[in-house]
Amino acid sequence: MSQPLLQVDDLHVQIAGRRGIVRAVDGVSLEVPAGEAVGLVGESGSGKSMTLRAILGVLPPEARVTAGRVLLDGADLAHLGNSQLNKIRGPKIAMIFQEPMSALNPVMRVGSQIAEGPQVHLGMNRRQAAERAVDLMRRVGIPDAERRYRSFPHEFSGGMRQRVMIAIALSCEPELILCDEPTTALDVTIQDQILRLLTKLCRESGTSLVFVTHDLPVVAQVCDQLAVMYAGRIVERGSVQEVLTEPSHPYTLGLLRSAPDVDHPRSSLEAIPGSPPSLVSPPAGCRFHPRCKFAEEDCTVTEPPLRLIDAGHATACLHFERCLDELRTEGADR
Amino acid sequence: MSAISLSAGAGAPDSPPKEAAAERARPRRHRWYRQPALMAGIGIIGVILVLVIAAPLITPYNPDTPNFSAALVGPSAHHLLGTDQLGRDTWTRLLYGGRVDLHIAFLAVLLPFVLGTILGSVAGYFGGWIDMIIMRLVDIVVAFPFFVLIIALVFVLGPGERSIYIAITLVGWVSYARIIRGEILVAKRQEYVLAAQSGGLSNLRIIGRHLLPNVITQAIIYAMSDIVQDILAIVTLSYLGLGIQPPTPDWGSMISNGQNFLTTHWQLTTIPGLAVVVTGLGLSLIGDGLADLMRPGQ
Repeated sequence: MSQPLLQVDDLHVQIAGRRGIVRAVDGVSLEVPAGEAVGLVGESGSGKSMTLRAILGVLPPEARVTAGRVLLDGADLAHLGNSQLNKIRGPKIAMIFQEPMSALNPVMRVGSQIAEGPQVHLGMNRRQAAERAVDLMRRVGIPDAERRYRSFPHEFSGGMRQRVMIAIALSCEPELILCDEPTTALDVTIQDQILRLLTKLCRESGTSLVFVTHDLPVVAQVCDQLAVMYAGRIVERGSVQEVLTEPSHPYTLGLLRSAPDVDHPRSSLEAIPGSPPSLVSPPAGCRFHPRCKFAEEDCTVTEPPLRLIDAGHATACLHFERCLDELRTEGADR
Repeated sequence: MSAISLSAGAGAPDSPPKEAAAERARPRRHRWYRQPALMAGIGIIGVILVLVIAAPLITPYNPDTPNFSAALVGPSAHHLLGTDQLGRDTWTRLLYGGRVDLHIAFLAVLLPFVLGTILGSVAGYFGGWIDMIIMRLVDIVVAFPFFVLIIALVFVLGPGERSIYIAITLVGWVSYARIIRGEILVAKRQEYVLAAQSGGLSNLRIIGRHLLPNVITQAIIYAMSDIVQDILAIVTLSYLGLGIQPPTPDWGSMISNGQNFLTTHWQLTTIPGLAVVVTGLGLSLIGDGLADLMRPGQ
């Protein structure tokens, strides 16, 4: 594989909480090749959003990066100052948020919000930036762009607001867009439109994506690569095709089982028992073992490393064969 | 003309549902002209401003020139409110005095507004030691009563207009700083601030273009009631001889001059006193009305 666009190396993020230090991200490594879309999947609180915010250096005040590197063009973003990061945020890496309502400034016209980036980063004057904003609004499919330029966010529907967010993210032609559950707040038909738009625009411009979600079908639609996170760690990684058809970690298997499948409906969905562990004092050994049906003695002691089981497919499970076995027997049953 | 009335007539049957929709979007009492307090305040202050600005046109006398042949005369056709001990027309001096006092008050409210807003937003946005220092400064100023501190400062700086500006700014900024800091503390947790940071905007730009427009209303509402306090401070200082220096007319010095003749010519003291009360009332009404109008979530 050629040099990846973004390389996250053993990233650790800790949050000073009331009950102790929360290890929200605990040794995450990730590679984003140029022009590809990488999905980051996991339950709430598994550290997906914190990973994204750590990449951009916009962590909340009580959180900080304690170890690891975030490499982009040879520069380590985790150790850059705010003013240097500001040259990267926008023209190199942009971000799209979950709630398109609260992520837009309520008292600023949407056009000005789109035009602000090009004015700051690309040295455009007011008029050029405004033209670019109208052009972008057209590209993301906002009808009547000239007139809507002067609207306020509350005059837009949820889907239209998310289109505005995409226009803002694209405004400085970044190489990478980080998406933090961009479609969770939208209803399903709008969700599909937005995903198609996003993938189309990114393909056109060769922009890479990191796509955080808890929705596996969305990942299947958008992403090339997939990383599954659990309790601050990546437990499985590989191409979307491989991970979804041959899940090699019991947690991934659980996630797949807990989502309805239209083609092969089951009588009942299978839930993963228990709840995610406390990140203040995570369980010893494999972090998933208290909830894992394949857990053995050694799982409670040994911390499983993320190891390759196939070309480009890695898992952090000591007994990953059991997942495959179960899948095979199930396939035979069907 | 007939075309206009026709189209208005034709539009009438359609208008009720439309109006009802607009009503739901923006409740009746939210329209500024439906605020009785605000309208009354605007009315009072409007009349005062017109009178004060038009003073040279509606008064035949010079406010400062003594006329000893007509000293201490009562109200008459020549002198609407009589004259003072130097024969100066009270009505004329009242209007010119209002000019001076209102002019200073409106300017004096701006400086602490700007200073307090800047310091408050910096404290609220950055937090940490900057916040510590600014808030301790606020605590120091707040520890003293407003008037005591103003009078002491003007006393030290020497009487005059410049000292009034400096004193009111040094004391008045704390209220704005507190208001803005509190609002920014809440607003900076909003996702649009995170989005702005992720877009690579500088902190200065985020404060100025994204945060302040969202929080400045509270400070503007407070400024309205702050003007009342500033006018009272200016009048008080002049009454004590620390403010506007004679012969320039001003309500405070008029009150104190008239005191000696209170038993015989009560109007010399009472009229400027009433002017202060009415002006204060008008500004307070505007402040209340604005607060009702801009209070979010109603």
